[in-house]
Parts: sequence; structure tokens; C-alpha cells
Amino acid sequence: MRLENTGIAGTLESSDVMVTVKPNPASGIDIQIESSVIAQYGDEMRETVKSVMQEFDITDAVVELQDKGAMDCVLRARAETAVCRALGVGFNWKGEDGK
Amino acid sequence: MVNAVGREMPEKIGSYTVRPFAGTGKAAKILPPVVSKRCPKLGPEDHNKLCKDLKEAIVKTGLKDGMTISFHHCFREGDMVIGQVLTAIRELGIKHLRFAPSAVVNIKNPSIVSFVKDGTIDRIEASGIRGELGDAVIDGLMDEPVILRPHGARPRAIETGDLQIDVAFIGASSSDEYGNCTGQIGPNACGSLGYAFVDASCAAQVVIVTDNLVEYPCCPTSISQQFVDYVVAVEQIGDPVKIGAGAARMTKNPRDLMIASKAADAIAASRLFKEGFSFQTGAGAISIACTNYLAERMEERGIHASFALGGMTANIIEMFKKGLVRVLECSQSFDAVAARAIAEYPNILEIDNSVYSNPYTKGSMLDKLNFGVLGALEVDTDFNINILTGMSGEMMGGLGGGPDVADGADISIVTIPVIRGRTPSIVPKVFTCCTPGESVAMVVTEAGIALNPKHKYYEMLREDFEAAGIATVTIQYLCDLALSYTGVPKPIETTDKVVAVVEYRDGTVIDVIRQIKR
Amino acid sequence: MEHKTSLKRTGLYVSGTNPVNMIQASFYNEDCMIFDMEDSVPLAEKDAARLLIYRMLRDHRPVGKYIIIRVNGIYSEYIDEDLEAAVRAKPDAIRIPKVEYENEVKMIDEKITRIEKEAGIEEGSIELWCNIESYLGVLNAYEIASASPRVVALALGAEDFTASMKAQRTKSGQEIFYARNAVLMACRKAGVEAIDAVFSDINDVEGLKADTALTKNLGFDGKTIVHPRQIDVVNSFFTPSVKEIKYAQRVLEAVEEGKRLKKGAVTLDGGMIDKPMELRALTTLAQARAAGIKV
Repeated sequence: MRLENTGIAGTLESSDVMVTVKPNPASGIDIQIESSVIAQYGDEMRETVKSVMQEFDITDAVVELQDKGAMDCVLRARAETAVCRALGVGFNWKGEDGK
Repeated sequence: MVNAVGREMPEKIGSYTVRPFAGTGKAAKILPPVVSKRCPKLGPEDHNKLCKDLKEAIVKTGLKDGMTISFHHCFREGDMVIGQVLTAIRELGIKHLRFAPSAVVNIKNPSIVSFVKDGTIDRIEASGIRGELGDAVIDGLMDEPVILRPHGARPRAIETGDLQIDVAFIGASSSDEYGNCTGQIGPNACGSLGYAFVDASCAAQVVIVTDNLVEYPCCPTSISQQFVDYVVAVEQIGDPVKIGAGAARMTKNPRDLMIASKAADAIAASRLFKEGFSFQTGAGAISIACTNYLAERMEERGIHASFALGGMTANIIEMFKKGLVRVLECSQSFDAVAARAIAEYPNILEIDNSVYSNPYTKGSMLDKLNFGVLGALEVDTDFNINILTGMSGEMMGGLGGGPDVADGADISIVTIPVIRGRTPSIVPKVFTCCTPGESVAMVVTEAGIALNPKHKYYEMLREDFEAAGIATVTIQYLCDLALSYTGVPKPIETTDKVVAVVEYRDGTVIDVIRQIKR
Repeated sequence: MEHKTSLKRTGLYVSGTNPVNMIQASFYNEDCMIFDMEDSVPLAEKDAARLLIYRMLRDHRPVGKYIIIRVNGIYSEYIDEDLEAAVRAKPDAIRIPKVEYENEVKMIDEKITRIEKEAGIEEGSIELWCNIESYLGVLNAYEIASASPRVVALALGAEDFTASMKAQRTKSGQEIFYARNAVLMACRKAGVEAIDAVFSDINDVEGLKADTALTKNLGFDGKTIVHPRQIDVVNSFFTPSVKEIKYAQRVLEAVEEGKRLKKGAVTLDGGMIDKPMELRALTTLAQARAAGIKV
């Protein structure tokens, strides 16, 4: 899928993360993380963002995380919401079946 | 070498010789006996101790390069003494000092880092460092390791000469011109000067810094003229708002309230919770809430405490006024209400930190304490406590009296949430061991209470909990639960350089902190 | 894993907007957690709330709690996607706002069944709680409660009910007294649980106590709550006294004794023990156990 617009989801509250997904034409996935626990969980955060991008078949995007100590499932939910908003589509719930 | 809590450390760090921690109560056999370094000498011949400013006092003390200076932390975040004294020292061009305050150094404007960078200070001994200084130290700012001691270890170090103080600068909210002084009265009253007593009696020179010069003799007097060499009056010694920053405000966080209530239930379930019991709860948000719940349980059961110990808060003063506690032994006053109370009530006493927490005396009050409630940054599955370093290894706290209370109290209770944001608090191994697990009776979290099977009162607590219907979980369960939420964090990478030594209350080394690899 | 508790004394609303509250609420003493997609979620955040609740329950389902998801209204534009997310999150129950007719339950039931099939979830496994929040809901309460085997509880919503009645909401609650009894009777007849309305002033502990005493004395099985501070107060009203526990134990002992001796009618202290007495004794002991009392 090609990103044409920016999508934002999440908040700057404790245990949450604000995810911004922007177009990045033909330049791959660029992940920028701001987090007090980047040393401990930075790699995991990257993996989660990459897997969400794969799920939506997005190959080019700038993804910014302003993390306030969000757990992995929160990051995933926020990233999925941000991508859905950027693409202007609903989440594919049927895609979850069998996972 | 490896010490009794399994921590790897070198035998010598800079000029510091490591005596490894051997277990609680084991050090007496390996350490030399304590010999007092009290310094008797005559006062000035003209009986004039009053100096016109800090520089005059510093010059008169004969402070020279390489000497040791000390301060107390009774003004907490509102302290304005340390900054003024260090600035005067810098202007006099005195260098390479050993800086030895009684607690955490967290002053800004001027920051301590600037005094280290320009060589005014080249060694630090404190109970903790944090903020800008903490970050700089952990990144290898200093050549000599910072020596961190809990409150109970400092008097011993001073009296044995491990920490020989050349000049003690003691801030006092009121003083007369001959050096009788106190923290109990005056516009910037801080309450108990408990941490300054050992400095007053053992430092070679003592300078009182005040902003409220009173008619001779100052009454009440906390520190007597017999110990004082010079008195200086300055414009302001503290910011009264920040002095009382620990002011008791009841938390509304339901998680913290739940932990506090569980801790009070644990205390109330114990057979030691009976007429004449004693407690120390502290000043954190959970501690203050716990104090309130404890007061409720005492009223319900008609039980009164003989004494409360340590740092006092307004709600403990409230309990005292209700007649729930007979005597308050204040080593520190955390808010304005507690600060003023010492002068108002004969049964609210200002006590020397040494009688509060020093294991090397003929008796410290902790020996008589039934319940101690502690906070922590991390607890591990061996019940070891970290109160110094945060998730990324950064310096976050101070040792305070935590290790002392854990060891001294019959029942020590750590109150801590299992996770904070994405940071697990119950972990397989604490990054920095400050308090040995064997001295911790239980950990109370929102997800359950874990009793330490290796604690001396485990069997008694287990029986009491069973009788009261209080369910427990294992510490491993809490650790697994925490990690199930956060995931397993990547370990902190360090270099071999030791930047701080963590002493236990007996003066042995319980852990070292190494420089973080960036 | 067995997620359900036998009790539904307290049901705490947790907004689908707030990760920290979701995590913390799983450690409190409430029996039921109600993950909310409806009133606490702003219109622009409905999409985010669905994903957050779904991911949270998939990864960190609270242990030892009865999990409920409250979806948006039956006629709202959100209901279909809410159900897609909620069913796949596999809660113990889905809570439907403002149910007024039997056929509304049947419609929701069919939608859930379709999604259960698609998602490979056991058909009929997800229960339904129906909110009764209008005079129509009260009048049709029994039909609603018996419209589907999925329905296990009716929960009274007092604010909307009083609005539908043109009544004033008061702390003493006289304006909902009939509704409470009507819903209770419908629940008892249909054999489902009856959950009482919220007491919304979270700072009024005495008011909450008075209101919960009424909840308990009327016969409700539990109460919906809006703040963690209310949990222990409400639970405590459903914690039986020592006297009640002893009596319940004696009732059950007598029943056992009767079974052993193959007696048709069992008596205690000269009175007959009937089936409702036995059920009440079982509930008393379950409540005692949940409160940490050894029985």
C-alpha cells in the first residue's frame, strides 16, 4: 500500500505512545524513536513497527514514536490505528482470524 | 572478588580499599573498632565567632586544597547553603576538595557539576547523587569513585576517620552569635537538624550559616556553642516552599492507595501490632497513604504506638495529636507542620542521626523498631533492593535510611508497584544492590504480597497472615507478571570503570556502580 | 484457562482510551472489568479504542476477572465494527447499551454468532449483558432477559432511564425504585443476574454506602461502578457477616445430611429448607470466599 497522507494515533500520557505515520516515497521504512526506555526496548519497538508495516504491506514510510513507556500491545494498537487513519481505511478484522 | 550478595567488585578502586559485604551483622568481626574522632579545641580568644561573610569564615578555618567539607540535607530541595559556600570557596581559589554532604546532592544554580569541572571538588561522598551530577558521574566525570553511604553508615565513617571532616558548614534557621543554633525556629525553619550532629561533634572546624541571627542564647538550641568555631549570617539559607516540598499530600492514585492499604493490612495482621508497638513509614506518596491507613487500623483496634521514628510528616504529627503515638523521634522533618512541631510538644523530639540509624553505637533506635515501610526503584527475586539506579542505569535516588531501616526493624515492608510505565520493578536481578534481601521481610505490590522465606520472621508472618486471611504470592510470580507486561529489557552495558561505591550500613561494600557504555 | 469468577459484585468501567487505567484496573479488587467503547470514548477515537481493547485483551487478559466489553449503541454507526473487534477479543460477555426490545437481542445475537463462526470461536460462548436504560427496557425486561441463551445479566442504567421518564435523578433514588424492582423481578423470573445502577458521585462515600445497602437489600447480585475508589465499599456490602456465613454453612450441612439420609424434606431449627434457601447459602459462601474469608 502507498501512503499519501499522514496518520496520527495515541497520546502523550504515561504508558501510551503517540505514533505518526508519514509518506516516505521510495525511501523505505524510517523509524524515529523518542523514549526513556529506548536502550532497553528500542529494538523491540522497531520490530513491532516493522511488523505492522508488513501487515499493511507498506514499504515506504516515516514512523515517529513519542513513547511514554507504552507496552508492546499498546504500540501495536497505536501504530495500526495511525496507519488505518493515514490510509483512510477501517481495520481488517477478518485478517486477525487464525492468528 | 564476589561479596555475600554475589556482586563482583575489584579489591581496590582508586584510593578506596574494598571491604566486601559479608552478610548482615557479620561486619563487626572484620572491621576495626570505632574510635571517636571528636575534636576538642579552644574557641577564638576574643570570644568573637561572628564573621562578616562566608569568605571570612572560610579563610579563618584555614580551609586548604585537598581538605574535606561537609553539609547536612535538612533543607532538602530548598537548600541554599551549599551553593553559596561552594561559590565562596571557588572565589577563594581553593581546589581539590572532598565534598561530603549527609545525603543526596541535587542542587541546581549553581550545579555541583560546575564545581567538579573547575576542580573545586574532586571527590564526593554522599548518600546519593542524581540529576545533572548523577548523569555526569555515571558517564565517568570523576577520577575517584563517588562513595555512597546510607544514613547509618555515615556517623561510623566519620567517627572512625574513614571520612575525616575538616570543615563542616551547618545551615541553621536560627543561631546566636556564639553558635547555639537550631532548625526549629526562624523564617526558614527546617525542623530537626538530626544529620548535622555528628558533623558538629567530629569536624575539626564548624561554621554555622544562618539567615536569622537571634539574641544570645538561642532557644531552643539543637547544636551547642561548645562545638562551633564561627557563625556567618547570610541573606537567605533556604527556600521555605521547597524545604517543605515533602509536604504530606494524600495521593489520589488508586494503585498507590491500594498498595498502601495492603501494607497497613500486613502490619495490622502481625502479632507485633499490639499496644506499645513502633513504626517508621517515611515520606513517599505510598508511605504517607500507608501512615493514614495505619492510623485507621490503630483506631479500629484501640492500639497505640510507643514511638514513631525517622523522617516526620504532618500526618504522623496528626496521629500524635490524636494520642495514637506517645513519642515522635524525629531525625528529619519533611514538611512545615513537622518542622514546627518539635518546638511545640515535649514528646516530639529532635534526634541525632547516629542514635536513629548507626549500628556502631551502644544502641540505635532502629534496634527497637517493629515495623519499617520502605520504597524502592527495583526489587529482585532474592528480595535485594535497588534505591539508586533507574531503568537505564541512571542515578535516580539516594540510599537514605532504607538499608538501615530494613536491617533494624523487625518487619521491613517494601511498597512498590510491579510496573511503572514499561519499567518492571520486580526483576530477576537488581542493577544495583543497596539493601540485602535477607533484611527484607516482604514486598507489597498492587498484584499481591510476597513474603521472604529467608527472613528471620518468615514463619511468624506466615502464621499471622494465614490467621488474618491475607493471601500471598511468590516473588517469582510478581517478577514473571511484571515482565509479562513489559517484556524482558535488554541488559545495561557497562565498562569496567567503577564510578560509585555503595557501602552498606556497616561500612562494607555491598555493590559498585560502573560507567554506562553509550 | 478459567477466566470467570463466580461473582459479579462489582463491575468497573475502564475507558478504551487509556492504556494505564486498563493495566492498573486489572490489579484492583473488582469482579468484572468493563472495557468501554461507548460513552467514555470520544467519537474521533472509536477506531483507536477498538484496537487498543482488542490488543490489550489478546496480550494481557486480566486473570481472575470476568471481562466485559461495552460496545456502542445498537443503532449507532459503530456497532458492526465494534462487534467485529469485541467478539474477536473473546471477552466473557459483551454489554449492549439501551436494549428495549427482544428482537434487538436476537439481532445482536445473530451478528455475534456470525463473527464467532468466522473467527473460529465456539458458538454461543460469548455472553450478553443488556443495559436497561429506558422505560421500554424496564417494561420489556423479562422478554429481553429471555430473548437468547446468551443473556446472563440485565444492568440497570439510571441516568438514561430517569431521562426517559422525565424524572429527576436524586441521591435517594426513589425515582428508580420501581425500575430496580421491575428489573430484579424480570431477572429472577428469567434466571439471569441483576446488576444495579451506578452511584455517580465518586466523592460521596456515605451516599455510596446508603445506595449500595439498598442495592444489596433489594436483592441485586452486583453493581456497576465508575471509579476504583468505589470497589472496596461495594464489595464489602456483598461480604457476608460471620453470622450469615455460619447460618449458610448450617443450611448446607443440613441439606447434605438430608441427602445422605435420603430425606425428602430437610429442616433446620424447626423450619423447612427450600431450594432458594440452599442457593442463597451457596452464594453467601461464594461471596465470603471472594472476600478472602476461609469457609
